[in-house]
Amino acid sequence: MTKRIIFGGVAILLVIAAAYASFFIAPEERTMGLIQRIFYFHVASAWSGFTAFFLCFMGNLLYVWKRDQRYDWLAVSGAEVGLAFTTVVLITGPIWAHPVWGIWWTWDARLTSTFVLWLLYVSYLLLRTLIDEPDRRALLSSLFGIFAFLDVPLVFGAIRWWRTQHPQPVIMGGQGSGLDPTMKAVFFFSALAMHVFMLFLVAERYALEKMQTEADFLARELEAQ
Amino acid sequence: MKNLDSVFAAYVIGWGVFFVFYLTIAKRTSNLRAELDRLKNSLPRAK
Repeated sequence: MTKRIIFGGVAILLVIAAAYASFFIAPEERTMGLIQRIFYFHVASAWSGFTAFFLCFMGNLLYVWKRDQRYDWLAVSGAEVGLAFTTVVLITGPIWAHPVWGIWWTWDARLTSTFVLWLLYVSYLLLRTLIDEPDRRALLSSLFGIFAFLDVPLVFGAIRWWRTQHPQPVIMGGQGSGLDPTMKAVFFFSALAMHVFMLFLVAERYALEKMQTEADFLARELEAQ
Repeated sequence: MKNLDSVFAAYVIGWGVFFVFYLTIAKRTSNLRAELDRLKNSLPRAK
């Protein structure tokens, strides 16, 4: 319990420090001005969401291989947390886009693939609610989860492979792209803070899933008596 | 301070989503803990 409180406290302090750095340390972008500061929250959330989905993918793969319930707990935790982060991405993106593009949304490759990613993981979680038997639920959702993760590299590559309304990459974007060094430092700090926060949420969700399995076991024991 | 309202909205709504998500985990954990206690108390009596 104490470890969880310390972990949560560190995560909260880091995200507060990251928000402070985004507003007061990062320099103001010349053309967009203040609205560009959403970038530190939006992109850091997107990267953390990708990592959470990667945890889900690893859990799915390992479950199919080892058939150990703990991997299924990791997978569902990663999926739920990744979905929360992707929801934030899909909300903060249009809030940035409206004053900059003059529109809230457009169906370009990046935005569409991100929306599809969100739908895939909503489907993953819905699928789990439809199957009662734990092993069957874990196996079928693992197979679906492996398929769903295929969209993550597509989202990442969309602005690199195709011409999109969404801005071109400023990190890992190749020649001609890049960020001011202070902006880059603030961005990486924000990404680190959001990753710690994401891992805290995954740990909390994992503990819940573990407890649920224990409750199901006790309920079966009670029913058998 | 052009677009301050949009930046404010993005941060408030974004953190609102995380806060609500965390609350749902905390609520489910609390309900489950109560359920576990109930089950643990019922088991010896069933024996």
